[in-house]
Amino acid sequence: MSVDRTALIKKLTDANGLPGDEGEIRNIIRTELEGHTDSIITDRLGNLIVTKNSGRPGLHIGLSAHMDEVGMAVLRINEAGLLTIGTFGVDPRLLPSKIVSIGKDKVKGVIGTKPVHMTKPDERERAIDLDALYIDIGASTKEEAEKSVSLGDFVYFDSEFVEFGERKIKAKALDDRLGCAVMIEILKSDVKTPITAIFCSQEEVGLRGSAVAANRAHVDVYINLEGTVSADMPSTDAHERVTVLGKGPALSLIDRTSVYLKEYINKIVAAAEENGIPYQYRATGAGGTDAANYHVAHGGTPVIGLATPCRYLHSPVSVCDLRDYENTVKLVRAFIQKYGNSARAES
Amino acid sequence: MDTKKFLMSICDASGVAGYEEEAAGLIKSAFAEAGCETSIDKLGNVIALKKGRGKFKVAFFAHMDEIGLVVINLDKNGFIRFSQIGGYDQRTLLGQEVIIHGREKVYGVIGIKPPHLTPSGDAMKSVKMSDMLIDTGYGEEKLKELVNVGDIITIKRKTIELKGDVVSGKAIDDRGCVAVMFECLKNLKDFNHDADIYFVSTTREEVGSQGAIVAAYGIEPDIGVALDVDFAKTPELKPTRTCEMGKGTVIQMGPNIHPKVFELFKNAAKDNGIPYQVDVMTTGQSGTDARVVQISREGVASGLLGLPLKYMHTSVECVAMKDVTNMGKLMSAMIMGLNGKDLEEQLCL
Repeated sequence: MSVDRTALIKKLTDANGLPGDEGEIRNIIRTELEGHTDSIITDRLGNLIVTKNSGRPGLHIGLSAHMDEVGMAVLRINEAGLLTIGTFGVDPRLLPSKIVSIGKDKVKGVIGTKPVHMTKPDERERAIDLDALYIDIGASTKEEAEKSVSLGDFVYFDSEFVEFGERKIKAKALDDRLGCAVMIEILKSDVKTPITAIFCSQEEVGLRGSAVAANRAHVDVYINLEGTVSADMPSTDAHERVTVLGKGPALSLIDRTSVYLKEYINKIVAAAEENGIPYQYRATGAGGTDAANYHVAHGGTPVIGLATPCRYLHSPVSVCDLRDYENTVKLVRAFIQKYGNSARAES
Repeated sequence: MDTKKFLMSICDASGVAGYEEEAAGLIKSAFAEAGCETSIDKLGNVIALKKGRGKFKVAFFAHMDEIGLVVINLDKNGFIRFSQIGGYDQRTLLGQEVIIHGREKVYGVIGIKPPHLTPSGDAMKSVKMSDMLIDTGYGEEKLKELVNVGDIITIKRKTIELKGDVVSGKAIDDRGCVAVMFECLKNLKDFNHDADIYFVSTTREEVGSQGAIVAAYGIEPDIGVALDVDFAKTPELKPTRTCEMGKGTVIQMGPNIHPKVFELFKNAAKDNGIPYQVDVMTTGQSGTDARVVQISREGVASGLLGLPLKYMHTSVECVAMKDVTNMGKLMSAMIMGLNGKDLEEQLCL
């Protein structure tokens, strides 16, 4: 199981999917889920909406995770054949000295910087302005560059899945391919309750995929699955760490876009405690998720926010602990087992 | 072996100043396979000799060491604090994958604080190297078994090919010039020459050229030519301080250069239609191995050739393969041009 699990996360994180460009991820998910669902549709925004066990009795559970990741796009191509870039959710301080992959053909490029020999000490104390950074693909003229890349091509960090340390993984886009992987595992399992699973587009640019998916799906309760911030480095004060790797999935109490229903927090805590699954609370009010759209949908739907802690979120080297991921899967299964058979009216 | 493949393989290897063994092993066996007598001296320099008629000695020096990082503290929970060997711009380190050369090779990443803990003013500042941490994913106890203070760290980078026959990676400064020497050796394969030629891959250039001091002392060359990378033009650099990538070897002139050696290279380029550029060192002594080679023993007729390189001292340094090829040609043309000539006459000031 563990081998399949890491293979699945590798497949999902090595693939590319910026907001609006989630096709590669949709294709992987469709292939993974073949034979395990009642229906799979792609809507106008690129959300992939999957149903399983439709019409069966029991609590109708909605699962959601977003497919998109943070990254960059080609903004201009200058006369020297260099590409200037715009970013979606990436701290520009992460760009210098990286290899990137551009557009559908995955053209390789590098983001270099001025040689250190030609910088002044005070200059090295300042971040390099995004407008001063550019991608070099090896072309020496605009015409030459235009043979390989176009304006608007999406740009991805070249960062492959790595297993390291004590059960750690490093990849780009752990936020939120981990959530996608949890959903794939649940959908491929022998779960008996009706499920609608939403693989969202465009979360990173303002929760835009879930805005319409929430209108299409009708469920009794959602579990929104995320990769969330962990700042558990020794340089961070304990009260600012948000979550700690290895302490289990993080439960949301409140964030920038939702105050979670206490009744449902208690329910999932009960499922965790009865099954001896570790969990922690997400100790910050910052950040927003697709839960924002679900909990106000159709006159109000309960949402549980559950996330695998990740260090260096939104960077090409995000890190998580596989045990936290495994416990997230366990906890979702435990919740479904505990409450899946309860009648719809009860909720 | 294909020169590009050779270059890419030696750049993937690690070899921080003072710790060049891994790169040195690859370089030594490639030059040996190509027919040279090879040896390694006490400071780790790889010396490859292509024998000629033994009338005089020409030595080329390209440094195989690279800049790197070093463990200075094992922090709580499996995190490492580090400093540098040679000079990085700290702004190029965030989000890099690294290899810690401890008891075994340990993988790690240099992380960044998440945006919610970054006050908006901080996003304009660079993160200081002294505030950066390497995440090894190990707990404290296990990490202590694997890593010690003083262990060397390299950026994990696989060399890649870009369009236009450009190669990008780390340590092309100065293994690009080691590849140039390899190219020159191949050019001379079927030729005899008056000179015995020494291709020296030096150590410790990034921390003061101690390798070249020792190698030049040992070889006692008549002509000693340092080969090093030179700043290629990019938009943010002044044109007066840069050369052009793809436009051929930079033949350097200045007090650190023997004027007749400068002429020998310039004439070899002109006579053979090999592209070249000229640059003038406005400092009395070069920042390369040429500085120490010139003043070795009783003095050496020194030269300095530059290989255009973009983004020096980053892990995405870029070199054009045609510059590598042309520099190899220029060197072999210069060597062949010395055949039948009286060296003293050639070098007389």
